[in-house]
Amino acid sequence: MMEVLLPILIFAALGVLFGIVLAIASRIFAVKTDERIPQVQELLPGANCGGCGFTGCAALAEAIVRGEATPNACNSCSAENMKAIGAIMGIEVADKVPMQAQVRCSGKCGVAKLQYHYEGARSCIAADRMGGGDKLCAWGCIGLGTCVEVCKFDALHIVDGVAVVDHTKCSGCGACVNICPKNLIELLPVESEYYVACRSKEKGALTRKQCDAGCIGCGICAKLCPEGAITVTDFVAYIDQSKCKKCGICAEKCPRKIIRHENEVYDDLINAQKKA
Amino acid sequence: MSFGSILLMMFSAILVENFIFAKFYGCCPFLGVSEHPDTALGMGMAVTFVMTVSGGVTWAVYEFLLVPAKLEYLKTVAFILVIAALVQFIEMFLRRFIPTLYQALGIYLPLITTNCAVLSAALLTVQNGYSFIEAICFGLASALGFTLAITVFAGVRSRMAHANPPEAFKGFPLTLIAAGLLAMAFSCFSGIQF
Repeated sequence: MMEVLLPILIFAALGVLFGIVLAIASRIFAVKTDERIPQVQELLPGANCGGCGFTGCAALAEAIVRGEATPNACNSCSAENMKAIGAIMGIEVADKVPMQAQVRCSGKCGVAKLQYHYEGARSCIAADRMGGGDKLCAWGCIGLGTCVEVCKFDALHIVDGVAVVDHTKCSGCGACVNICPKNLIELLPVESEYYVACRSKEKGALTRKQCDAGCIGCGICAKLCPEGAITVTDFVAYIDQSKCKKCGICAEKCPRKIIRHENEVYDDLINAQKKA
Repeated sequence: MSFGSILLMMFSAILVENFIFAKFYGCCPFLGVSEHPDTALGMGMAVTFVMTVSGGVTWAVYEFLLVPAKLEYLKTVAFILVIAALVQFIEMFLRRFIPTLYQALGIYLPLITTNCAVLSAALLTVQNGYSFIEAICFGLASALGFTLAITVFAGVRSRMAHANPPEAFKGFPLTLIAAGLLAMAFSCFSGIQF
């Protein structure tokens, strides 16, 4: 009888002992954490995308409570959640325009000319160090998908050698903007529709040699835009989204067809995915 | 056991009888937490810390509780209980008194609670009939071997991340092949005789 009872008793006693010790220890070693940190973290998206520059949502929540980051530091956060974080912190939060990413390049395979054949590490950052990548154009998308890797929302895909944003999934966190070695990705307001899909600052003649879809800085769009929203500096057009009324004249008249509508880009992406 | 033989035992535990490559303990964290050298090192440090402390504590539990009560056959259950409670206790202690160490090890500590490498270090200590000092040294050396393996492997994996393997090998298959090659390299040490 004792042979069975003794082990049971000893182990029960051990269990109770450890339980009591841990219970006491948790009281003694209790750390006072700011109760606002979990509250703020609850309001953040929880994707841990790192677009804010901190390691994750928990780290950002801590930084916000400590006052090291502003309540609107997260680009993916909805406006009402931002307000709620501001309320917890007792700070008035200015309205933030929701943003989405766009890749400013249309140099697909065959369209952009190559300077050499690249077979190195499959990373845009590595390829960029090899004479700025395999495309002749020093500004264009390398297309090895380093931005695709960092995107936590499955919003970026490589289509025909160029990164394409799926604007229905993009949360505007900015992680891709930070990683792109070519600085090609730009955050635009969600309501914007047209954008210039080229960033080449080379003179028109040179751009023409390097790529069949590069902005040559002809200025037709700037002349035709009824709102005066388009400016051409350094041989590349740029649309001021705050003035754009989305009439679409620029996209229609662009001789290089590089002023694009976000839906057109999206259709390209869907078609490519269907083919695959 | 003399100082020299303890050193030999530690050397053998690190390289010849490496926990991962020779005994295949702790493969879960080895494959799971080895994507970046930094996190791998953090995991290795946490394992080293827990294994060393638990080596001493489980030795004491075995010698002063299980042997007198003639309950040696229940050592596995007892060690699991002791290690789990110990890790929890250490976690709370670190959080209160050494926050920097807690932040470095914090997320890995709970993972180790049920790690078979930690348990097997305690069981092997008993099996080999080590003394208290030897038990602690054995725990430390085994964990250092674990840390060495996981850090080296994380280095290999961070280089592989930029390779462009055939579609079928992408991800886990290639990771397992690399682990196998590394284990084969470590098997050279098993030829060393003391």
